Amino acid sequence: MVRLVTDYLEATAKKYPNKPAFVDEHSVLTFCELRDSAKRIATSLIKAGLFKKPIAVALGQSVQAVVAFLGAAYAGCFYTPLDTDMPESRIRKILETLEPGAVITNTAYSEKMASAFNDQKQILIYDDILQQKPNEELVDNIQKRLIDTDVLYVLFTSGSTGTPKGVIIGHRSVIDYIDWVEETFHVDSGSVLGNQAPFYFDNSVLDIYSTLKNGATAYIIPRKCFAFPIRLLEYVRDKKINTVFWVPSVLTQIANYDLLDECEIDCLHTVLFAGEVMPTRQLNMWRKRLPSALFANLYGPTEITVDCTYYVANRVLSDAEPVPIGIPCRNSDILVLNEKDELVHSDEKGELCVRGTSLAYGYYKNPEKTAEVFVQNPLNPYYPEKIYRTGDIVHYNERGELIYDGRKDFQIKHLGHRIELGEIETAAASLPPVKMACCLFDAAKDQIILCYVGDIAAKELREKLMSLVPEYMVPKRYEQLDLMPLNLNGKMDRVKLKEMLVRS
Amino acid sequence: MKKVIDILQELRPEFDFTTNEDYIEDGMLDSFDVVSLVSMMDKEYGISIKGREIVPENFSSLAKIQALVKKYGVTDEV
Repeated sequence: MVRLVTDYLEATAKKYPNKPAFVDEHSVLTFCELRDSAKRIATSLIKAGLFKKPIAVALGQSVQAVVAFLGAAYAGCFYTPLDTDMPESRIRKILETLEPGAVITNTAYSEKMASAFNDQKQILIYDDILQQKPNEELVDNIQKRLIDTDVLYVLFTSGSTGTPKGVIIGHRSVIDYIDWVEETFHVDSGSVLGNQAPFYFDNSVLDIYSTLKNGATAYIIPRKCFAFPIRLLEYVRDKKINTVFWVPSVLTQIANYDLLDECEIDCLHTVLFAGEVMPTRQLNMWRKRLPSALFANLYGPTEITVDCTYYVANRVLSDAEPVPIGIPCRNSDILVLNEKDELVHSDEKGELCVRGTSLAYGYYKNPEKTAEVFVQNPLNPYYPEKIYRTGDIVHYNERGELIYDGRKDFQIKHLGHRIELGEIETAAASLPPVKMACCLFDAAKDQIILCYVGDIAAKELREKLMSLVPEYMVPKRYEQLDLMPLNLNGKMDRVKLKEMLVRS
Repeated sequence: MKKVIDILQELRPEFDFTTNEDYIEDGMLDSFDVVSLVSMMDKEYGISIKGREIVPENFSSLAKIQALVKKYGVTDEV
């Protein structure tokens, strides 16, 4: 039985030793080389006396970062990928919480790390520790002491209060998730993945571990391709990438720039997306272009190991209909609870809660925040059983598919109605001139504000919205933007939008 | 009408766009900046630049960006 993610690499390195595993702009690493390099890193960490300690990795989006992650895992430690573009103050906050046993970095980032991390002797330069000869016996002895519930990684998510929270995920949860990905999307040794998700964003877990388990190949797409969507499509074509797991904004941009017919991308047979709402109109443009490809909307917060529900787009969706988040992933259970903590009936809205092996152990060194959202299942008073409360509001449609309505924090009370701002955004985004839409609520003025990008006057937009949503949901104030502010993960930045509106 | 240089300066005030550096290769414009620049030029000059023309070669210098704007029929000095 697979117990640790390193078991994947052991098996695959035997089966496909010389097959490229990870490829970036500068290097190609085969499974055999990956295994060897990871064990060199592991040997260095073990010799430094590090066991069950956090290892921060600041190596950007590179094959070396993957080596370092697996090196930490082989050493019985766990890793935290750091976003090297992050402001130093945020890196410092994360390192203060994490207190890593070591920070693995390279000369490009070592200065930044040195000023953010007090313990200088624990900053390890990747190329230096790679010189260490791998000691198989030492690594084996450590591996024997590990169990599947040991921690694999801690990912920091932006807390709404400004203090990042470290989500703790074990090996077992990742193995459970990757098994599901393999059987649902038929990932195999013929799969060629195109990685977009930064390693500090958990969508990348699919790219890394599906590749390891199935002996696939993952191309780490150079960042600059995302500035020039046509280059991205050419990259997909040239590398014959057939499977992608991207954020919707990347797919949307390609569709908005009318680039779908500009490039031969018929190699793509599996297009997965998650992280924010995928606008249906742009999804339909993609489906029209690649009629035989599988398109699936995946949903899940970092706290439940990447995804807990999914929807395979297999029927016609009208542009005005939201893309469902679908049904639970195998071995995940979804409870939709109303305000009385009872299961919802028919199309009643409620908070999506998750039960399963996928649950994180909580937030690193933060018992208060952990206790707020990892709670006893209110439907089970008989024995301890944890569920995770996502804070996301959903309902079931008439087909029994889950529909995402918005964040609990975005649920507003206006003119006596309970309104999901996300529903207004979906309606606005379904109108052809609207390229992006983001809805805010000014509680002081009791006013719904729609910020949008697109060549349409506010008056006309308002008239069209009248036919799509009830009158009490039609926004009062309209802000036409040149561009939508996006955060580091490529999602619409509501905090920044609010600041912009306050200023104007 | 704003000039291209003003738009660039507005976008990234910390850089000097009159230098001979390559805006893209030298990291003066990142992926979000390019997207922003395209929509700002749309608004300022009323041109919608085609996706296939959003390539590094057209955004690497002031002269290249000006040439791109001219190509879309803007006759004024940009």
